[in-house]
Amino acid sequence: MTTDLDSEQLLYMFRTMVTIREFEEAAGRMAEQARIPGAVHLYAGEEAVAVGVCSHLEATDTIASTHRGHGHCIAKGGDVKLMLAELLGKSSGYCRGKGGSMHIADLDLGILGANGIVGGGPPIAVGAAFAAQYQGTGGVSVCFSGDGSTNEGTWHESLNFAALFDLPAVFVIENNHWGEFTPQEKQGSITQLSDRAAAYGIPGFTVDGQDVLAVHQAAGEAVARARTGNGPTLLECDTYRFYNHTGRSEGDPRPEEERAAWRERDPLTILCGVLEERAILSGESADRITEEVQREIEEAITFAEEAPYPELSELLTDIYS
Amino acid sequence: MTTVTTEVTTDREISYREAINEAIHQEMTSDDSVFVAGIDLAKQGDVFGITQGVLTKFGPKRIMDTPISENAITGLAIGAATQGLRPVISLMFIDFIGVCFDQIINQMAKMKYMFGGKARLPLTVLVNAGAGTGMAAQHSQSLEALLCHIPGLKVVMPSTAYDAKGLMVTSMREDNPVFMIMHKRCSRLRGPVPEESYTVPLGSAAVVREGTDATIVATAYMVHEALAAAETLAGEGISVEVVDPRSLQPLDTETVLESVRKTHRVLTVHEAVEFGGIGGEINAQIAEHAFDHLDAPPMRIGAPFSPVPYSPVLEKEWVVNSDQIIEQTRRLVSG
Ligand SMILES: Cc1ncc(C[n+]2csc(CCOP(=O)(O)OP(=O)(O)O)c2C)c(N)n1
Repeated sequence: MTTDLDSEQLLYMFRTMVTIREFEEAAGRMAEQARIPGAVHLYAGEEAVAVGVCSHLEATDTIASTHRGHGHCIAKGGDVKLMLAELLGKSSGYCRGKGGSMHIADLDLGILGANGIVGGGPPIAVGAAFAAQYQGTGGVSVCFSGDGSTNEGTWHESLNFAALFDLPAVFVIENNHWGEFTPQEKQGSITQLSDRAAAYGIPGFTVDGQDVLAVHQAAGEAVARARTGNGPTLLECDTYRFYNHTGRSEGDPRPEEERAAWRERDPLTILCGVLEERAILSGESADRITEEVQREIEEAITFAEEAPYPELSELLTDIYS
Repeated sequence: MTTVTTEVTTDREISYREAINEAIHQEMTSDDSVFVAGIDLAKQGDVFGITQGVLTKFGPKRIMDTPISENAITGLAIGAATQGLRPVISLMFIDFIGVCFDQIINQMAKMKYMFGGKARLPLTVLVNAGAGTGMAAQHSQSLEALLCHIPGLKVVMPSTAYDAKGLMVTSMREDNPVFMIMHKRCSRLRGPVPEESYTVPLGSAAVVREGTDATIVATAYMVHEALAAAETLAGEGISVEVVDPRSLQPLDTETVLESVRKTHRVLTVHEAVEFGGIGGEINAQIAEHAFDHLDAPPMRIGAPFSPVPYSPVLEKEWVVNSDQIIEQTRRLVSG
């Protein structure tokens, strides 16, 4: 695929995708060791979606995320130290330890929060898009949501609303073909989810969500459409999660062959291939980047582990302004 | 199927979760108008394991995996119930009632009354409540009081495997919408459960420990915390009676009042936020109907007025525990 991206931008994308992958491997490991409470929903395998889309966003643009939100947060510029501290419930974490994996947010970076409620994000994304339009900021509101979430009423209400008022929004469907333990085709009567755009009279596209350059290009058009006042776009990214619904747990119901086939389409390998072909990256330098990122994640783990827990008095703070 | 209504002794021990599962299997066997629907209920047997084995035994007509569409799942139950089916649906976490609250409070709860009694809604809604699992603010709530506040809904909240099965059978035979609230931390608790089908009536509280100095009315997992507290207090010479309402709507006020008339002191305990919780309602009824029997003002314990925090240190602080119950009971009996 041809691209307008220069080598610096491409390397930045590669590094961000590696960061998401390594973060998720670490989070998965720590969850297995019961060092992280509750549940983590890992984004490994879907990195190209978050990175391809967020490569067009400024700090003033916003994203609404999902329960599988770590990748969105990193791609939007989130700090892995603060994320890991949050996963451990520490006071230095993004939400002072009050939210955890499913609620990481950074309002300053335009990250309106991961979300524990499937379909919780789209209406909020509409609100952020409306505010951008109202205030004339030129900002764009991106809503990430899973294939499963498109069966919630809130998703449909939000698309109609955004379409009606030409709001500067991009609705990204991460179609990883499963919702928990049920395949997408058992949850909906259509499998090409971008077809739903027709119901709202907005453009809809499906792209290869494992190819960050393809995502980048399609998202670029969608973001530009939103920014120039031409309303929302529905962008379906065809992707796959490499692990089970939560953590790296056993009992994955997805067929072994299906998993293996998608593993062959690892977004990191695909981008790496492009970078090597263009002589932007050698196998060796890719390994060096991975090692640097691993060190960064190790430092973040140390930071998180050494960080203090919240004071008990914080239990009753932050409820009202 | 034979039905036993009195308590049966048995050596067989199964878990709370297995008890509800067994009730579903037995009712589905005896009544083919029962069907089950919800997210990941069929093939996966539910993320909490409640519907294990149902698909294999009854086939896909009787249990369906639905899209993630809580409004439609709830409406499915309501509409099908009007047509004579007996739906059992699961909304997974009780927190998710927020997604389909219109179907619950404006449709399900009111249909019979608004239609002048013409509708009959024999349906059961399964939901899982409770904190203490590190699942944070949107997956840990105890929202029973919201449901109890809506005329037209019935609400049960068992604490033991025995009651879980008996209440599940009763709920499935009810001609009204019943919310079966399962507490996550009760789910693995084991206890004696007869294999044969039996019912625990709605609106019948259980005195789970007898005592003379104070009554603790506790719900769901708090029953176990209250029993632990009662054990410690017994060592201090304080004799505590523990009452588990089991069903919150209808509420067996009489059993509670009877206990209070005997002990003259009462403490209500629930995991839900204290303000506006069911404990306030129970205490108000006691104040109204047994004021003259009270030697001290009714007390209550619920969670602090905050969403459920994620951090393990804050969550531990948030969730009511037996130490708090012990401390409060000491204060109650000394007052
Ligand atoms: C309202 C609501 N219903 C159900 C759930 C339970 N749940 C959590 S994730 C999930 C599957 C979501 O699937 P999808 O939107 O495709 O996202 P994915 O997990 O595949 O990334 C479900 C059913 C929930 N969190 N919220």
